[in-house]
This record gives sequence, C-alpha cells and structure tokens, in this order.
Amino acid sequence: MDTLISLADGFQTALTFENLLLALLGTFLGTMMGALPGLGPSNGVAILIPLAFTLGLGATPSLILLTSVYYGAMYGGRISSILLNIPGDEPAMMTCLDGYPMAKKGMAGEALSLSGIASFVGAFIATWGLILLAPQLVKFALLFGPAEYFALFALAFATLGGVSSTNQAKSAFAAMLGLGLAVIGVDTQTGVPRLTFGEVHLYDGLDFLVAIVGLFALSEVFIFLEHRHGESSASGAKVSVGRLTPPWKMVKETTPTMLRSSFLGFIAGVLPGAGASLGSFISYSMEKKLVDRKGTFGTGDPRGVAAPEAGNNAAAGGALVPMLALGVPGSGTTAVLLAVLLSLNITPGPLLFQNNPDVVWGLIAALFIANFMLLAMNIPMVGLFTRVLMIPPRILMPIVAMVSFVGIYGISGSSFDLLVMIGFGLMGWVLRKLDVPLVPIILGTLLGNTMENNLRRAVTISNGDYSVLVGSPLAIGLWTVAIVGFILPLFLGRFVKARMHARRDDEGSIAD
Amino acid sequence: MSDRIFGAVGLCLALFYAWATLQIQESFLSDAVGPKTFPLVIAVILGLSSLAILLKPDPDPVWPGLARLAEILAAAVVMILYAEFLPIAGFLIATAFAAAYLTWRLGTRPLQSLVVGVATSIGIYVIFKLVLGLSLASGPFGF
Repeated sequence: MDTLISLADGFQTALTFENLLLALLGTFLGTMMGALPGLGPSNGVAILIPLAFTLGLGATPSLILLTSVYYGAMYGGRISSILLNIPGDEPAMMTCLDGYPMAKKGMAGEALSLSGIASFVGAFIATWGLILLAPQLVKFALLFGPAEYFALFALAFATLGGVSSTNQAKSAFAAMLGLGLAVIGVDTQTGVPRLTFGEVHLYDGLDFLVAIVGLFALSEVFIFLEHRHGESSASGAKVSVGRLTPPWKMVKETTPTMLRSSFLGFIAGVLPGAGASLGSFISYSMEKKLVDRKGTFGTGDPRGVAAPEAGNNAAAGGALVPMLALGVPGSGTTAVLLAVLLSLNITPGPLLFQNNPDVVWGLIAALFIANFMLLAMNIPMVGLFTRVLMIPPRILMPIVAMVSFVGIYGISGSSFDLLVMIGFGLMGWVLRKLDVPLVPIILGTLLGNTMENNLRRAVTISNGDYSVLVGSPLAIGLWTVAIVGFILPLFLGRFVKARMHARRDDEGSIAD
Repeated sequence: MSDRIFGAVGLCLALFYAWATLQIQESFLSDAVGPKTFPLVIAVILGLSSLAILLKPDPDPVWPGLARLAEILAAAVVMILYAEFLPIAGFLIATAFAAAYLTWRLGTRPLQSLVVGVATSIGIYVIFKLVLGLSLASGPFGF
C-alpha cells in the first residue's frame, strides 16, 4: 500500500509540463540514437549529461530526460536490426537473427510493430519489477556497514568482467585503471595531494564526466575515422516498411514468449555486470530451446523477434534496481546514469529512498509515462525513425564530436578539460581495439572514492584492524560471491561469450 | 604480439603508479589506513593483471594501416587545436573548421564539407545558445 501511495506521489512529480516535455524529448532522441548504428544507450546518454547540467535541470528532471533516452535507445536499436541486419546498438544484436529474415519476407512492418509491443511489455513488467524489488533490496542494504560496502564494490568489479569481456585479466586491468584514475586529486581524509604531479587542474580530481564522454563518445568518432565508414548504412538497401500493425493472431501467439522473456530479462538485468545485451541473449536462447520445435528460429519466426526485444527492455529496467537501491550499477548505461546522480550530489543507495523519495518515485513514474510515449512513437511513427537511418555517419559523427565538446566546455569552460577528454577518446580507441572493456573503467572512476572511503572508515572504526573487512557473515558472503563471480567465467564463460561475441566487433567494449 | 606490448606497458604503468604513490607526502594527521594503502593495492592488482595479459595474450586485433593511423592522429591534433583555439577564435568559427575537417575526412567532398561544417556550427549555436541559453565560448566578435 505504501508503495502505491509513493507511486502516486511520483506521478504528481512526473506529471508537470516540464517533465512531460523532457520525457517526450528523451524518448524521441533515445529512439533516434538507438536506431543509428554507432550511437547506443551508453554514449547517447553520455553526450547528453553535460547538457542536462549546463541547462541547470534539477535532479528529477535530468534523470527523467536521461532515463527516457535510455529506454528509448532500447526501443530504437531494433529498427536497423530488422531493416538492415545491422544492430543499431549492442543489445539489439539478437533481434537481427529473426528480424531481418522477417523483413526479407516482406513482413518488416509486422516485425517492427511486434517488436515495439514486445519492447513495451518488457519495459512495463520491468518497471513493476523495479517498484517491487528495489524497496526490498533497500531494506537489505540498510544492514550494510562500511566493510560490507567495500565488499559489495569489490563484488561489482569482480562480476562486471564476467560477461562484458572475453578476458578476465583485461576487465581487472580496466577496473584498476578506473580506480587508479579516481585516486588522483586531494585525498579527502588527510588533505594531501595524490598523483597530481603539481598540476593544479588535477587537485580537484579528474571529472568523471570528461572521462565518460571521451571514452564513450569520442572513441566512437575515432572508430568511424579508422574505417572511413562515412556512408549511410541505409543508402544501398531499400527501406520499405509495409503494414504497421501485427495481425492479432501473431500477438496472441507471441504473448507467452514476451512474458517469459520479460521475466528472464529482468533477472538478467538485476544481476551485476550483466545488462541488456545478456538479457536479450538469454531470452532468445531460452525461447529457442523451449518453443522452437519446427526449427523456424533464425528464419523469421515472430517469436524470435519478440523474445530478445522483450528481454533487452526488461533488462534495462532491471539494471536500474541495483543502481538505485545499492548505488552499484550493473551495466554501462546505468554507470553513466550513476554519474549523473553523483554529479547532482545525490548519493544513490538506501538513503536515496529515504532522503529523496521524490527523485526515486518521480523517476519510476516517468518511466511508465515514457514507456507509453515510446509505444505510441514506435508503432505509428516508426516510419519517421526509419528515415533517420539515412543520415550518413560522415555528417552525424562530427556533430556527435562537436556536441561532446560543447557539453564539456559548458560545464567547466576550460580548455584543459577538453584536452583530457581528447586523451580519453584516444585511450578509448586503443583499448577498444585491444578488447579491453570500457565499462569497468567508468565504474572505477565513479566508485573509486566511495570505495576507498568505506575501506578507510571500516578500518578506522576498528582501530586499524584489517580483519574487520571479513568480520561479518554478510561481508564473507559478499567476498565469496565476488571471488566465485570472478573465477567462474574463466571456466564456464567461454561458451556463452563465444556465442555472444560472434556478432560483435568494436562495439563489444561499450556493451550495455 | 599486441597484447604482449600492452601487458608490458601495463606493467610499467603499475610500477610507475606504485612509485608515484610512494612519493605522496603523508600528513602527520593520518587515519589508520593512510592515503597510500588503497593506491598501492590498485598498483599490485594492475601489475598482476598486466602480467596475466603479457603471459596469456589474446589473438591480435586488426590494426589499421599507417595511413589510417595517421588519419586518427591528425583528427586528434585537429581536436587539440580546436580545444586551444576555442576561447580565442570563438565558438562559431572554431567549430565550423573542426566540423568541416571531420566530415571531410569521413568522405564528404571538400566544398560540401565546408557547407556541412558551417551548417553544423550554426545549428549547434542556434539550438544550444539561442534556444537553450548555454554559454558557449565567445571570441573577439562575440560569437
């Protein structure tokens, strides 16, 4: 009952003219970014963060804008998967498998509208899951002391690599690189400068927004320059959509698939380190095992379109649960969203639900509203977005670069930050070539200071006794999961990853 | 081979990081852990993972040819120049040049790139400065 009252309050927050407008703008931009190959949820949100700041939006409006972009990108990714067989973003990879064959059979419109409905179902169920699960997780998180938090962060880093990378050593390297960058600046507890080499600009530490925009958005520009991939992907193919409503029979047939996939996708999203790509992957695989009796999956089976779409949208919602309730994001885009919260001086975690209930419930209500907007946008108006695919990257990518510069310059007004951002862009390009995941770097720069503070607080409270770090059953449990989560993929993960990586190349490093 | 070089670079980075950590001046008022412990742990794990990459490398990625590599470096240089000249030349002029360069290098014809560059610059200026009221760098001419 409490939940419903809070939700009603949330709707009151979300249903203002400004917030509705932001949700509309976010869903529109998000769908567009999702549809365009090269822009996905994480870099799409990344380039918009600085703008949300410089516009002086408050916490709730910024979050509404950016999560609408996040949900929108999850919808939009399917459009180019279905029409061009090129995933618009990482999680839409699995949609190619049955979506493109359907389009070739002349059922592009049906595939688009059906996947739109599947996305809606996935996101809708996941938002309810968020409402039900997050407060429970918060109650659990209230038992955490500094030692447990330290273990929780370790767990997040240990499990993050399990899915996002083929090589555990590389994800550990990435996490340490991120944490190492976070150390730069004046030590918060003793006031001594660390690793600043006398550079005054570094005393405040590196701004993680600069790192995020550089790593995610600018590195993408370099990737396009490398391949000189300037022509629009759609220029060769003829994009015809056809009828825009799925036959009622098709919807009815795929309903059980959508429900199962949403559930599975949500769970995949909640797990640390998984995110939407895994959600769509396991939903598709499970449906294939479960209902594909005639071997029609992969040849344009509507269920093969519904499953990954419901799965990835549900996972997107699920990934918000640990981010909001524990302050530990499980995927690239939620890490970027965490950066927004931190920059707005809001600490996610259990206290967020107590101190800023308006932010949490306003956000949740906005997710419902955005989801309905997206459904409306993605079924009757999908033709508009198919035209977006005609924009050639040779025009789009310079705009992305320039908007990134504008955003970062708008925050600090310093050329130094722009130079650091270019450095991160080049570093991101090299690391992506080497298949080093970028998400742990971001997470490291974001969480580094909190993680260290928790370590120092825990040890200080116990008068310098380090055994306090494994001093409670809860902490021991978290450490165990962390160690198992790091070691298990070394043995088990190869199979799953080999299949997930079959279709990805440079996109893998910024996987969501 | 790439991964072996990467691992070696990572190892050097870890050593450098550890060295830089040891240079931190400790204050006389310190907590039980001190400012050095956490970065040292990071350096150790960084070194270990670099060693693992060095000893067990993945297959090589496809590196671009020298021409493409030069292309990326040139773009980075243009961006650096952009960052330096932004406060001097003002937003509109600097952005028009940078955007024109990037779209040219991505395969637009030269004259058309100039048009695209100017259009991008004006478009961003109108949306962000005039509509949204963001403060952009203003040069000698006030734009």
